[in-house]
Amino acid sequence: MKKENLKYLTNGIIKENPVLRLVLGTCPTLAVTTAAINGIGMGVAATVVLVGSNLVISLLRNIIPDKVRIPAYITVIAGFVTVVQMLVKAFLPSIDAALGIYLPLIVVNCIILGRAEMFASKNSVLPSVLDGIGMGIGFTATLTLMGAIREIIGAGTVFGLPITAGFIDPMIVMLLPPGGFFVFGILVAVSNKLATMSGKKAVEHTGCGECPMKDACKTGGEA
Amino acid sequence: MRNNLTVSSSPHIHSGVTSQSIMLDVIIALLPAAVYGVFIFGWRAAVLIAVCVASAVLSEFLWNKALKKPNSLGDLTAVVTGLLLALNLPSSLPVWMAALGSAIAIIVVKQMFGGLGHNFANPAITARIVLMVSFPAAMTKFFEPFSMTVSSATPLAGGAEYTLRELFFGMHAGTIGETSVVMLVIGGLYLVMRRVISPIIPVSFIGTVFVFSWVLGANPIQAIFSGGLLLGAIFMATDYVTSPTFNWGKLIFGIGCGIITVVIRQFASLPEGVSYSILVMNLLVPHINSLTMPKPFGWEADKK
Repeated sequence: MKKENLKYLTNGIIKENPVLRLVLGTCPTLAVTTAAINGIGMGVAATVVLVGSNLVISLLRNIIPDKVRIPAYITVIAGFVTVVQMLVKAFLPSIDAALGIYLPLIVVNCIILGRAEMFASKNSVLPSVLDGIGMGIGFTATLTLMGAIREIIGAGTVFGLPITAGFIDPMIVMLLPPGGFFVFGILVAVSNKLATMSGKKAVEHTGCGECPMKDACKTGGEA
Repeated sequence: MRNNLTVSSSPHIHSGVTSQSIMLDVIIALLPAAVYGVFIFGWRAAVLIAVCVASAVLSEFLWNKALKKPNSLGDLTAVVTGLLLALNLPSSLPVWMAALGSAIAIIVVKQMFGGLGHNFANPAITARIVLMVSFPAAMTKFFEPFSMTVSSATPLAGGAEYTLRELFFGMHAGTIGETSVVMLVIGGLYLVMRRVISPIIPVSFIGTVFVFSWVLGANPIQAIFSGGLLLGAIFMATDYVTSPTFNWGKLIFGIGCGIITVVIRQFASLPEGVSYSILVMNLLVPHINSLTMPKPFGWEADKK
C-alpha cells in the first residue's frame, strides 16, 4: 500500500479523530455512549454508512452539479442509512432498541456529510474509501471508549460484565447527560495533549494553520 | 487579566484585606454551624467534616503538584470549600462519597477551569449536586438529631409541621450544617459586620422565598427556616467569584435564586431547590454583570 493511502487510513484515529479533534458528530457521541456496546453499535453503523457514501459520492463527484451537491449527498447518505437501519432492525433488535432515534439520525451526522464535502467530493475512489474506514475506526473507538468509561463509573460494568458492581456504588450521574459532557471534555483535553506531545500544537493556538477543516470553513485558511 | 490592571503612580495604600483573611473570616463564620452540627448529629458529622476538608486540601495540593503550579493552599479557599460541602451533606453519608465530593469540587469544578477566580460555578454547590444526582439514596438518608436512626421526614419532605423553636435550634433531620437557624444567622451577621459579604444577596434571596412561598400558599416561616436556604443564601450565593459584582446585579441574583428555589420546591419532584437555583444563577452572572455595569458620571452613548 502506498504511504499516502496509509495516511488516509490512520488520519482519523488520533490526528484527525472526527469526534475529539474535528468535534463533529457530538450529538450521537453524547447521547448513545451510556454503555460500551451502544458505542460499538453506533460506531459500526456510522462506519458502514460513511464508507458507502464516501464511495458513491467520490464516484459521482464529477457528475453532481455544484449548486445542488448538498441535497445530492444527503440523498446518497439517506439511502445507506435506510439500508443499515433495516439490517440492524432485522438482525440486532437489542442494539436497535438501545440506539433508538439516533440510528436513523445518522443521516444528519456531521461526520458523514463533513467527509463527503471535505474529502470524497475532491478525491478519487480509493482514498475516499480509506478515509471513510479511518474516520469510522476513529469514531467507533472514541464512542466505545466513552461508553466504557461511562458504563464502568455509572453502572460498574463493561459490556454488561460486572467490574466494580456490588462493592462500589455506581455514580449514576455518569449515565446522565452531564456525565457525557464530563467524559467528552476530558477526552478532548487528553487528545489535545497527546497531539501536542507528538509535536503538533494544540488546535486553539494555531489559528487556521493546523486546522484540518481550514479548506472547508468560510475563512478559507485565513486566520 | 493581571496585565489589564492599570497601576497609577504612588503612593498606594493597602487595605490589608487578602483572600486569606476573607477566607479565614468565612471559616470563623461557619464554625458555629459546624460545631453545632457535630453536637446534634454526633461523631459521624465530625468525621465527615474532617474528611471533606482533608480531601479538598489534598486535591488542591496534588493538582498543583501535578501541573507544577505554585502551591495555593495558603489562601484557605480549599478549606472553605471542603467545610461548606461537608455542611451540605447528611451525616449518614459514606466517608468515601464525601471525599469524592470534595475532590470533584476542587479538581473538576475549580482547578480544571483555571483555579481560584476562574471557576464559573460554586465548587461546593456543584459537588453537592453531582453527589445528589449520583447517589440519590445515600444523599437523602438523614439522621434524626441525637440518634443514629434514619428519619423519613425533613421539614421539606414528609409534610410535618415544626415549631419555631425546633427550627431555630435545628431539632430536626437535615444535612450537618443546615438545620440550626440561630447558628447560621450568627455566622451571617459576623460576615456582614466584618464587611466580608454584602447583605443584598442573602436578604433578597430569603425575602423572595418568603414572599413567593406565601403567595403560593406554603407556610412562609417554615419555608425560609428550613432546608438549605439559610446556608445557601448566606454562605454559597455570596461567593465572590460566582456572584455579581454590582449592587443591582446582586439584587437580580438574589431574587432569581429565590424564585427558582420556590418553583423547584413547589412544582418539581425534588423537595429542595436551593443548590440548583444557585447553580443556575451562577451561570447567568457574566450576563448580569454586563447588564448592571454602572455608567460613569457624564457618560453618553456613542452616536452612530
